[in-house]
Amino acid sequence: MIPELGHFALILAFSIALAQGIFPLLGVARGNLTWTRMGHTAVFGQFLFIVIAFGALTHAFIKNDFSVLYVASNSNSMLPVQYRIAGVWGGHEGSMLLWVLILAGWGGAIARFSRHMSEEFVARVLGVMGLVSAGFLAFLLLTSNPFLRLIPAPPDGRDLNPLLQDIGMVLHPPMLYMGYVGFSVAFAIAIAALLSGRLDAAWARWSRPWTTLAWVFLTLGVALGSLWAYYELGWGGWWFWDPVENASFIPWLVGTALIHSLAVTERRGAFKGWTVLLAIFTFSFSLLGTFLVRSGVLTSVHAFATDPARGIFVLVFLGIVVGGALLLFASRAHRIGLGGSFHPISRESMLLLNNVMLVVAAGSVLLGTLYPLVLDALELGKISVGRPYFEVVFIPLMAPAMFLIGVGPMAHWKKASLPNLATRLRWAFVVGVVTALLVPLAMGKWSAPVSLGILLAAWIVASSVAGLLERLRQSRDSVGLLAKLGANSRSYYGMLLAHIGVGVFIAGVALVQGYESEKDVRMSVGDSIEVGGYRFRLDRLSEVPGPNYTASRGEISVTRNERAVTRMYPEKRTYRTQQNPMTEAAIDWGFYRDLYVSLGERLDSTTWLVRIHHKPFVEWIWLGWLMMALGGLLAALDRRYRVSVGAKHRAPASAPRLIEPVGAVAR
Amino acid sequence: MNMAPAGHRMLERANLIMRMLFAVALLVMVQVAAFAREAAPAADDPALEERLMTLAAGLRCLVCQNQTLAESQADLAVDMRNEMRKQMRRGASDQDVIDFLVARYGDFVLYRPPLKATTLLLWSGPAILLLIGLAFMARSLGRRRGHIVEAPLTETERARAQALLGADSEAEPS
Repeated sequence: MIPELGHFALILAFSIALAQGIFPLLGVARGNLTWTRMGHTAVFGQFLFIVIAFGALTHAFIKNDFSVLYVASNSNSMLPVQYRIAGVWGGHEGSMLLWVLILAGWGGAIARFSRHMSEEFVARVLGVMGLVSAGFLAFLLLTSNPFLRLIPAPPDGRDLNPLLQDIGMVLHPPMLYMGYVGFSVAFAIAIAALLSGRLDAAWARWSRPWTTLAWVFLTLGVALGSLWAYYELGWGGWWFWDPVENASFIPWLVGTALIHSLAVTERRGAFKGWTVLLAIFTFSFSLLGTFLVRSGVLTSVHAFATDPARGIFVLVFLGIVVGGALLLFASRAHRIGLGGSFHPISRESMLLLNNVMLVVAAGSVLLGTLYPLVLDALELGKISVGRPYFEVVFIPLMAPAMFLIGVGPMAHWKKASLPNLATRLRWAFVVGVVTALLVPLAMGKWSAPVSLGILLAAWIVASSVAGLLERLRQSRDSVGLLAKLGANSRSYYGMLLAHIGVGVFIAGVALVQGYESEKDVRMSVGDSIEVGGYRFRLDRLSEVPGPNYTASRGEISVTRNERAVTRMYPEKRTYRTQQNPMTEAAIDWGFYRDLYVSLGERLDSTTWLVRIHHKPFVEWIWLGWLMMALGGLLAALDRRYRVSVGAKHRAPASAPRLIEPVGAVAR
Repeated sequence: MNMAPAGHRMLERANLIMRMLFAVALLVMVQVAAFAREAAPAADDPALEERLMTLAAGLRCLVCQNQTLAESQADLAVDMRNEMRKQMRRGASDQDVIDFLVARYGDFVLYRPPLKATTLLLWSGPAILLLIGLAFMARSLGRRRGHIVEAPLTETERARAQALLGADSEAEPS
């Protein structure tokens, strides 16, 4: 009964989403105020019914209702309850339900926090989001219904994929979807602005915190996915250039370009058309990512769905969204002004160059991801495109963009001078070069890639610090360090933190690539081996029962210079239902290094193949991503998005940018 | 940063009982192996193994879901590594081994696709994209120059702007 209620709630939510997509848009076009205002009611109604549907599915999981096909395929009575709940989004249907839940949630947030925006504008945004939502709900109902019954019910379920029985997998999809779906807000705002024909500063200012927030979630989602792969797949790698990873990385790259381009549009009124295009493309790539993962055209760790109907639906939907948006853009493009002027050497141009590099990098990753599929579809042969290709292509494209991180924030808007920049950044450059020489020396081995990585990382950090110091020196009005620090906005500190995060990330990558060591050994109880200055000794082997698996567990003591460091417990698990062996690596986490031990094969009753890694600074990789996300959050919470937005918007829209040059003079 | 599941602690308690049961049996084994031995490398010839693994890291495990030949424990991957090892022992160069694998399994086995007619676009694509991007940028900057003629502020306007902005002329964050 409850699953049927869930199904029914989903149908109601679809009808409401359709109404939300039609009436507000028509209402604005015809000046019908009742219709215009319908969006607010509809978005909450839609949210309510999707929550009911989601609750119904969760209930079926918790109660082990295996008469529901989706539950039977993705759960098991032995599965611990937290993974039964996570199992709701562990498969295709449920994860799409999570997707529409999050979409409705973003819609509700828009309706709730947009009181200061013009009514028509919000109505249009909600209308566009309603259409997107209706599309996804139709997708769910037509091709991916999570409430389908399985009669007679099997005695037990097939169990959740053991790889997904992990806290990282519990959190990764919601974060990723918060990001993906969040970009639908940026998309809806851009479409609403195109429809209204008013691409003014208010539009950019309103879009910016939402877009940044979506980017923060996507950043966390990508980072969590990488972290999960690191500790759960047992290979000790953190990024595989897997098509599914790329599917989330491409929107991230374009989204990163978007938040930078929005900065220019908000501040200087320039790049309006480009920003709108980026908003459209970021969301389109999010949809494309969903298509790639959900259609099963890729066969990889993540793709657990294979059904052509789904692929075709998403592809058609993608075509409508992208095609419609681009047509609208083309019809309005002539009305989009150029905005404030600037010199070829200025912060604007540097941000434009940053955008070009990021978008080209995203395009290249897309090319490498899709090329084998296209070639295969055209029957021109099967090829693999993997790490060697992506590294050759991606790193040269990103290195100049990384260099720009140091220069861009120091450059003046409108017109900058290269000699002036060189003077202000000379110490940061010296610090970068010296660090790049000293670090490899201290680590005991020199290699060009490591040195280049450290150079970029140190350059980014040093130039960020140089920028901050310069500001502190210039703020003469404030007395005392705290007051001077307080004179800068949150978005400035957010930018600083995010940029330094990029530096930390690069340093982590360079150091772990350059200085990690690993050994493959045969170990019996009592054997020991030294890796990276640590001695690992296998103390005992045991068989350990888990809730829904049995594990062979090794107990390894780690010492360094005869002093005990830690004990590690790597496991090889066999899950009862799915029977495939899973490697559960043991990791000793640390700020300066990780120790990573995984069991390979059992050679005989007392001997195992064991792989032991020493990974210096590997955690800086995720620390850097975390800093980027926190920086984004700080920027999204900037005071200026809450104060005076309404006042600005109510000002005559015809002349919002006339006073712009004054701001530049004040600088 | 410990991401172990919440149920892990419960599990540990259950383990404790199990471990006690095993303790007796293990004690015997530990006694036998009380002296510290250096663990043997997994391979008989570590230098050759390293060469093999470096090569295998760029090759695809054909039956896996996007895993390299170095990482995979699948039967076919183990067989393929054995074959590579055998050839290397016979003195085959890296290129010989790759040629052999490509002849047998096709380009699909290579994570770095070879440059040929069908992959020309793949390898030249990023450069083409970059050129398009830079051309777009140059055009956009050029168009901007041609279109916008900005009247410079006069001294009086400048003074007035300064006065209007007054003390709260906060520096612009990006």
